[in-house]
Amino acid sequence: MRADVTTGLAAPPETELLLPAYDRPADGVHPPLDFTGYRSTALRHPKKPLVLLPHRLTEITGPLLGSDLITATDADLTTQHAGEPIGQRIILTGRVLDSDGRPVPDTLLEIWQTNAAGRYRHSREHHPAPLDPNFDGIGRCITDSAGRYRFITIAPGAYPWGNHPNAWRPAHIHFSLFGRAFTQRIVTQMYFPGDPLLPLDPIYNSVPDDAARERMVARFDIELTQPEWALGYNWDIVLRGRSATFFEEPHDAT
Amino acid sequence: MPPKIGTDLGLTPSQTVGPYFAMRLPWPEGPYVVPEGTPGAITITGRVYDGAGNALPDAMIETWQADPDGRFAHPDDPRGPSPAAAAFRGFGRCATAADGSYTILTLKPGPLPTPEGDIEAPHLDVSVFARGLLDRVVTRLYFPDELAANAADPVLCSVERTRRSTLIAVAEPEGHLRFDVWLQGSRETVFFDV
Repeated sequence: MRADVTTGLAAPPETELLLPAYDRPADGVHPPLDFTGYRSTALRHPKKPLVLLPHRLTEITGPLLGSDLITATDADLTTQHAGEPIGQRIILTGRVLDSDGRPVPDTLLEIWQTNAAGRYRHSREHHPAPLDPNFDGIGRCITDSAGRYRFITIAPGAYPWGNHPNAWRPAHIHFSLFGRAFTQRIVTQMYFPGDPLLPLDPIYNSVPDDAARERMVARFDIELTQPEWALGYNWDIVLRGRSATFFEEPHDAT
Repeated sequence: MPPKIGTDLGLTPSQTVGPYFAMRLPWPEGPYVVPEGTPGAITITGRVYDGAGNALPDAMIETWQADPDGRFAHPDDPRGPSPAAAAFRGFGRCATAADGSYTILTLKPGPLPTPEGDIEAPHLDVSVFARGLLDRVVTRLYFPDELAANAADPVLCSVERTRRSTLIAVAEPEGHLRFDVWLQGSRETVFFDV
C-alpha cells in the first residue's frame, strides 16, 4: 500500500517546510501526574521520564471539528427537556485565547457537570442525591470569531467521593477543548469563587502554582447577571501560544 | 476588552477527566475515523493498563493522524490537504470498555516530511485520558510493517532502543493491529512531553 516512504511527499526538497512551534508550559502550571493527595494517580502515572517531542506536522495540526456536531440546545442545558431543571440558573461565558492573547475561533468546547443536588447522570454514580429528569448536565459550544463561548446551565452541586474520609469535590464544571492544534488540547475543570471546599480539594490543589490554580476559578459578573433571571459568571480559557519566531498565517487575523 | 495581542497570559491548568467524562465525550461515530466498509480501513485495538496490570474501564483514547498521503486538512499544513482525502477527519475517540479495551477504525497515514529534512514514519499521535490522570499522557503508534521507515524516524530514534517496541503496534493474525498502553510498570509505554 503505502510502504514506500517517498509516497505522498508533496513538498519538493527545495521547498522549505515552515511550521509554527508552540510554547511549552511553564513549570507549575499543570499538575504533576504523580500526586499523593489524589489516590487514583498512584498506579496510573508513568514513572519513566517523558521524551521530548518536537512540534512537527502531526503536533501543529489538530482536529477542527465543526458546527455539524452542534444542535440548537447544546449550549443551553436548561432547555434540553420538556421542563426546566431545578437549581440556580447561570450564564457562563468567556473567551478562548492563546497565551499571546489571540482569540481561538471556531473551536469545540464540551462540558459536563452534576445537577443542582451534586448528582451526575451516570450509571457508576452512587451519591444518594436525586437525579433531575430535566437535566442531563452535558453541553457543547463552538467559539465565535472572537473566541467567545456562552452556556446557560444551572449551578452544579458539591458531591462526596471516596478519596479520603469525608472528601467532597467543590462544585465544578468539566471543560474539554481542542484549540487549533494537537499541542493545545486540554481537559480542565472550572470552579466557583468563594467555595469553602476549594482549599480542601486535592484535585484543585494538584496545580502547584498559586496564580495558575486561581485561573480555574470563574468570576462572578453583575454586568452579565440578568435581572429576575440568572447569575452571570465569566471565565476565560488560555491555551498554549505560538513561539514568537513564526510568521503569522492569514487565518489568525480576526 | 480583549487583551492586547502579544501579552503573556498564563495558561489554564489541566485537570483530570474524572470518571464521568463518559456522559459527554464519547460520541457514536468517535471510533470511526472512516466509516465501516471504507476500502483499506484498518482496525486498531488494545487495552489500557495500570501499574498493577489491571485494565482501565474508565480511560479514553484519542488519535490524530495524517491522511494516507501524509497530509492534513489544516491551515498550518503548508502543502494543503490531499485532494483525494479532503473529507478525512483524522481524529478518533474511544472510551475503554469494562475490560479496558478500545477500538479505532482508520486508514494508515502516509509518511511525513519534517522541517529538518527528515522523514517521519507513518504514525498516529495518541492521547490517553483517565480518572487518576491529572493531565493527558501522549504517546505515538507506529506500524509494524514499516521497518525501514521506523528505523529512520527521528522520534523513534530519540527513544531508548530497548523501549521503542512499546510504540509499535503488533499485527494480529486476524488482520487487526494491537496497541496496548501501559501507564506504569516494567512494560511502561513511552510517553512524550508535547
